[in-house]
Amino acid sequence: MNSPLRVLVVDDEAPARARMKQLLDDLGDRISLTVIGEASDGQMALDVLAEQPADVALIDIRMPRMDGLQLALHLSQMPTAPAIIFVTAFDQYAVKAFELTATDYLLKPVRADRLLTALQKVQRHPPPSPAAALHALVPEGRQHLRSTVRGKVLLIPVGDILYLRAELKYVTARTETAEYLLDESLAHLENEFASRFLRVHRSCLVARNAISGYERDKGDTPGDERQWVLLLAGLDEKIPVSRRQWPTVKNLLEA
Amino acid sequence: MVKERESIRQFPLPPASAALLGGARLWRRLGIVSALVVAVVVAAAGLMGFPWAPVLAGSVPTALLLLLWFVRSRYMQAPAMTEARLMALSARIRPHFLFNSLNAVLGTIRSDPRRAETALEELAELFRALLQDPKELVPLSEELSLCRKYLALERLRLGDRIQVNWDINSCPPDALMPPLMLQPLLENAVYHGVEPLVDPGCISIRMVSAGGMLVLELSNPFDPRHGHGAGNRMALGNIRERLALFYGQGATLDSETIKDRYVVRIVLPYYATSPTGRT
Repeated sequence: MNSPLRVLVVDDEAPARARMKQLLDDLGDRISLTVIGEASDGQMALDVLAEQPADVALIDIRMPRMDGLQLALHLSQMPTAPAIIFVTAFDQYAVKAFELTATDYLLKPVRADRLLTALQKVQRHPPPSPAAALHALVPEGRQHLRSTVRGKVLLIPVGDILYLRAELKYVTARTETAEYLLDESLAHLENEFASRFLRVHRSCLVARNAISGYERDKGDTPGDERQWVLLLAGLDEKIPVSRRQWPTVKNLLEA
Repeated sequence: MVKERESIRQFPLPPASAALLGGARLWRRLGIVSALVVAVVVAAAGLMGFPWAPVLAGSVPTALLLLLWFVRSRYMQAPAMTEARLMALSARIRPHFLFNSLNAVLGTIRSDPRRAETALEELAELFRALLQDPKELVPLSEELSLCRKYLALERLRLGDRIQVNWDINSCPPDALMPPLMLQPLLENAVYHGVEPLVDPGCISIRMVSAGGMLVLELSNPFDPRHGHGAGNRMALGNIRERLALFYGQGATLDSETIKDRYVVRIVLPYYATSPTGRT
């Protein structure tokens, strides 16, 4: 027999979490499960999951700080992410997108039978991440990137990031005030945030709206062709542009 | 027809509304006259042998009639239409609120059955208010009691996250106003101002009467990152239109963002409970 299904309940309203836990409790004799925790927003859910893994997360869509869709975007980056079942009271857009992409969802108030079916489905074969639905509902991607500092998860607003640079095996995100280590690849970030960041070098993506100008670097290596560098608003550091990327970057800057 | 008009005129109508209700016939007459004028002009042009007379004959009357139709439908409404419009505009509750409230009641039944009972009673009252006649003015005290029930329900869901600050003592409770002016604004304030916050958010309600007018002001926390979407504009548009149907130019609704708060203000004429109206 399977080991019990580990369930995480994510909802910002206390009575809604209470209701969900009652339903799960009532289902106890029909499906083997255990509630590993609850969270009142996406950020807290990520913290809980960093401590202990879950097989399935029941996620409310509308929550403060980090909503259910943003949470799902983060989960879809994680190798051991739980299966996602969205729960919503009323959200026409989301429901339509879920229908179109065969993403499972529950409507509040949730009926026990319906919840059981959804959990059994997850137990039989975990569904793929709801990437297509998320792409339709949140085309701009994540609002935050995660950085783990001494075991604590920090969330960096994507809008604050001036550039992303790959160094050795890490990617760092630079904001006006600080630098953060990220645990994801530059290629993946470039793909997800194509409209926000511009590749200026094999190892560097720059926020398009942070670029304030460009100039020829006053390099001191004699004989070398002097390199073009970008100036960023709010930062003294100059970002070198590779010879290969320069024509593309220049075109964009002059457009 | 006559009866309907009377029911709409239970309260003193400002001149603008009176014109609004009585002006339709005048415009029908104007329409006939202008159509005649066009016909004469076209016929004369045809007789005088202008080559473009057939074109004129087709396009000018069409354009004029279109213009007339537009002006009529935009600015003039017969009483029956006014009533139909009011019915169509009668405030609706957000499905989001309804289903979340029902869910919150379900989540409360086992732990606190009495609170769950109260919540269902509050929900019933709210729905009764939504189903009441949208043409009848209600006393301020009634609208306020409805708002309190609504807020109690939201508190069941959101707990301490929702804070309300009332400043209404200087406002006469017998003041009459169209039904459901304030409750939809509160619902907006909760949905856009409080729910997106992790920390408690405060809604402020201020009401004063001065110089024969009533001022209702409601403000809630505003975070530009969350914004006030189409839903908010729709709710405000609805209230604004209902105000116009009741008071013509005599009432206004406007909204603005002051620092980190979103403020909505309604100014309307102050009528006390009328002898012909409800008591």
